[in-house]
Amino acid sequence: MTSPSETAVEERNRVEISVGDNLATEVREREAKRATAENLLEVRNLSTHFFTVDGVVHAVDDVSFHLGYGETLGLVGESGCGKSVTALSLTRLVPDPPGKIVAGEIIFEGVDLLKLSNDEMRRLRGKDIGFIFQDPLSSLNPTLTIGYQISEAVRQHMGLSSRAAKDRVVELLSKVGIPRPRDRLNDYPFQFSGGMRQRAMIAIALSCDPKLLLADEPTTALDVTIQAQILELIGRLSDEFKTAVLMITHDLGIAAGMCDRINVMYAGRIVETGSTDQMFDKPRMPYTWGLLDSLPRMDDERGGKLRTIEGLPPLLIRLPDACRFNPRCPYAQDLCREKEPELTVREEGHLARCHATEPGGWIP
Amino acid sequence: MATGSLAQTGAPVVARRSSGVWRDAFSRLRRNKLAMVGLVLVAALFIMGAIGPLIAPHKFYVLDVAAITENGFRPLHPFEPLSMRTGHILGTDDQGRDSLSRALDGAQISVSVALVVQFVVLLIGLPIGALAGWLGGRLDNLLMRFTDVMYAFPDLLLIILMSVTFRNTWFGQQFNGLLLVFVAIGLTSWVTVARLVRGQLLSLKEMEFVEAAKAIGVSDRRIVTKHLMPNAIGPIIVAITLGIPGAILAEATLAYLGVGVQPPRASWGSLISEGVKYIRSDPHLVLIPAVLIATALISFTFLGDGLRDALDPKLKGKQ
Repeated sequence: MTSPSETAVEERNRVEISVGDNLATEVREREAKRATAENLLEVRNLSTHFFTVDGVVHAVDDVSFHLGYGETLGLVGESGCGKSVTALSLTRLVPDPPGKIVAGEIIFEGVDLLKLSNDEMRRLRGKDIGFIFQDPLSSLNPTLTIGYQISEAVRQHMGLSSRAAKDRVVELLSKVGIPRPRDRLNDYPFQFSGGMRQRAMIAIALSCDPKLLLADEPTTALDVTIQAQILELIGRLSDEFKTAVLMITHDLGIAAGMCDRINVMYAGRIVETGSTDQMFDKPRMPYTWGLLDSLPRMDDERGGKLRTIEGLPPLLIRLPDACRFNPRCPYAQDLCREKEPELTVREEGHLARCHATEPGGWIP
Repeated sequence: MATGSLAQTGAPVVARRSSGVWRDAFSRLRRNKLAMVGLVLVAALFIMGAIGPLIAPHKFYVLDVAAITENGFRPLHPFEPLSMRTGHILGTDDQGRDSLSRALDGAQISVSVALVVQFVVLLIGLPIGALAGWLGGRLDNLLMRFTDVMYAFPDLLLIILMSVTFRNTWFGQQFNGLLLVFVAIGLTSWVTVARLVRGQLLSLKEMEFVEAAKAIGVSDRRIVTKHLMPNAIGPIIVAITLGIPGAILAEATLAYLGVGVQPPRASWGSLISEGVKYIRSDPHLVLIPAVLIATALISFTFLGDGLRDALDPKLKGKQ
């Protein structure tokens, strides 16, 4: 039996939750107004949970964002903040079990992807939505030739004959900068270098002229020089093909160079969103400051220590109604431990989830 | 500067031939002497099975009454003057049937058993293992418990039961009862392959390239057949090769017990059972088929072991 005092606590929580809901509705309405029909992709209140033996992991928790045609959006955050699960959710590739998209809408060109049949969804993957994975070596099948793997999507979705598909593959390979593409068709992935493999992956992702490209840390497995080439390639091809890109990365430097807008994710939530300029000019969330601050700089003192954000992201199983960043936040006050802040407007198109930087907060 | 001048003279650059998985595996296999012995013997057995009955000096079922009468109604022994004169190099049995021709006919049966039984095994084991491994969950559980039951049941007992039950039906009469033998042995041997394929798929389906294939909209069936099977083919080949001796032995056992291939076909097993009566006076009647069975079994085992090493990518570049 619950004691009277516990009942009182529950009662208070319920009131607070309903207040939170009202705020959330406001945000939702704002999002809906701004997200006009011109948007290629609108994600509304997406929640993806993993049902594990330890409990329900809220990997993606009530995430909303939008992406215009041809726009490049960055999704930035530490490992385990729900970036990749967000991308997998968009293509409905979350491993099930244990994962499940429990709520939300993913409106892609006016159609809710979550309402499509499995077969309709499969026909969309690779054709309208391309996917570049983190590690090109393990994402390519070692027993199939590069040519076959690139031609697969083309044959599947465009119904090309094998000869036409072959020409298309050669064209794609030369577009992504692989020399003598015709000679490399019958090569196996192990005969390609790391950078070439990622180029091949990009060729696969772009093979059907997708409208949306999901790039899940496309350069993490590559060294820095190759990284620059690959990013340049993705930028150039997305311009050429007029492809919208969702660039997932933990490197703000990459996001700054590539993206029109940036979403910062923390513990399954979007904690700040805005144009790239806004985010770098006047970030309004201590977590973003931490991310920016942990970038090494040219004018750093020699031999000095690299700056980090102390601590680790919280376990996403039992989350209290509090700012999820508060244990690591140097500016946290009691309010942050008692109530989770909402995503509220700072400037036109710039939202942040922080009590401290809200109008009237303790950080001006 | 030798290299520099070479480059300047524009010597044609010879493109490296792409070294495929199979080429690599074969070059490793070739370095394994035991496996090569096995391969040669297996090839010889297949040739014997394929063209043996054509080159056999006699029909395997013809009774040479004249020769046997001349020998006082006793089997002719190998390489005796009478055997050479009448053209029975390896002698005859007690009814004057040519031992060599009968051994060659037995080779044909063994080879067909080796091939067809493994075909049946693949036909049953591959889909069951693939379904269980790929889909997982309740179906996996169901299929694997069924597999366990089949595994627990004594193989030979089931084969004998089936042979005896269906011996006199139309199905049991096909190809002198060979069809029944194929099916009976196949039905008891698919378990290993099913388990192997399931295990392979269980680990392969977690690979990232499966997710990548899903992300470009490849259908489940195509992922299993085109993307996963080539990755599992090595262990499957090994299991199939190592399964062959068991099938040959099972067939010989059936024939020895008199419930396998029906006369006049001469299985190595039935040759042994017929010859056992004369093992003291005419040991060649048992020795010839026994040596052939032993050689066949050991050569498939050598080859299978060699293939296992050759197809194991972890051993790449070693030895």
